[in-house]
Amino acid sequence: MKKNVLIASVVVLLMCAAAYASLFVAPTESKMGTIQRIFYLHAPSGMVALLSFFVCFVGNLAYVFTRQPKWDWLGVSAAEVGMAFCTVLILTGPIWAHPVWGIWWTWDARLTLTFVLWLLYISYLLLRTLVDDPDRRAMVSAVYGIFAFLDVPLVYGSIRWWRTQHPQPVIMGGPGSGLEPTMRLVFRFWFVNLVILMIFLIRERYRLEAMRAEVKLIEREAEGA
Amino acid sequence: MSLLSNAAVLLGKELRTEFRSRELLTTTVVFILVVIVLFSFTFDPTSSESRRFAPGLLWLAFLFAASLMLQPCFLREQNNDTLSALRLSVHDPFAIFLAKLMANTLFLVFTQVVLLPVFSILYNISVAGVFPQLMLVMLMGSLGLSVTGTALSAISAQARMRELLLPLLLLPLLTPVLIASTEATAALLDAKPELRWDWLGFLLAFDAVFLTALWLFGEYLLEE
Repeated sequence: MKKNVLIASVVVLLMCAAAYASLFVAPTESKMGTIQRIFYLHAPSGMVALLSFFVCFVGNLAYVFTRQPKWDWLGVSAAEVGMAFCTVLILTGPIWAHPVWGIWWTWDARLTLTFVLWLLYISYLLLRTLVDDPDRRAMVSAVYGIFAFLDVPLVYGSIRWWRTQHPQPVIMGGPGSGLEPTMRLVFRFWFVNLVILMIFLIRERYRLEAMRAEVKLIEREAEGA
Repeated sequence: MSLLSNAAVLLGKELRTEFRSRELLTTTVVFILVVIVLFSFTFDPTSSESRRFAPGLLWLAFLFAASLMLQPCFLREQNNDTLSALRLSVHDPFAIFLAKLMANTLFLVFTQVVLLPVFSILYNISVAGVFPQLMLVMLMGSLGLSVTGTALSAISAQARMRELLLPLLLLPLLTPVLIASTEATAALLDAKPELRWDWLGFLLAFDAVFLTALWLFGEYLLEE
């Protein structure tokens, strides 16, 4: 218990430091002004959301092959945490887009992909609530999770070919892209922090799921006795 | 080889079941007709307008129809627990999926062949010159619909609220199929018709990816 409080406080402190860095350490962007600072939360959230969905995919695959409930717990934990980051991504995007592009939303490739991704994993979580038997639920949701993750590159490819308006990738983009050094530092700090937050949240959610399974087991034993 | 021969026998069974009652095909055709008529109220179907909207409407109608048509695919095997019998009768459970997805592809292509002329008359679009190319696009799109739809109907059949769940699971997954088929169809219905091989290749990739996934993971969906 003590250890958990300690870890949680470190995560909270790190997040506060990240917020401070993006608001006061990073220089103000020359064209967009101060609204650009939301980028430090926005872009890493997207990367971390994808990372969580990848963890979910790994959990799904491992469950299908090993059938150990722990992989199912990892799958659902990662999917829920990924959903949280994906929601942050979808909410912070329009806040930035409205002053910069003049519109809240546009059906550009990456925006549409994020939306479809969000819907796919909402469906994944909904499916889990609609199957009662735990083993059945674990198996069908694992297979659906695999299908959903395989769909991601296809959705992205199809929309990319079709239309795109989002700013070209700033990091690892073409020539002329790249961040000012302090900005890059703050961005990396944010990314590392959000990965830590992701691991922390998945771990907590996983423990909750494990506890639930244990309670179910004890209940069944009590009924049997 | 036994996989294909098993699948062929099961495909025969699927087709026989359908052509004895013809329930699925008639309801699907009527459903798409209803959707096409309802769409015409939402915008003015003059020929220049419909060129822009028609391919999308057509594919949306097929997508919705497919998400309803695929419902009974595994559900009707539950009534007399015929799914257990099917599983016992084949060596590789993938044969069951293969038969069902081939049957569903055939049903979808059939409804498209029936409805395309009706659609072209109602929306003032000439399809006569590009009919074979259109059928190729329809076949590839329907295959993508059936592969994912058959897998997901095996999933949704095991859940509560299954009638609502299948469209919910299926439609977001089909985004790439909708885009690729609509674009390929639009290019064919254009004033200067063109067969877009890039979108056809994309559909082929989609079909291949999910057919492989179904082959690898489908059997886990049929366990007791």
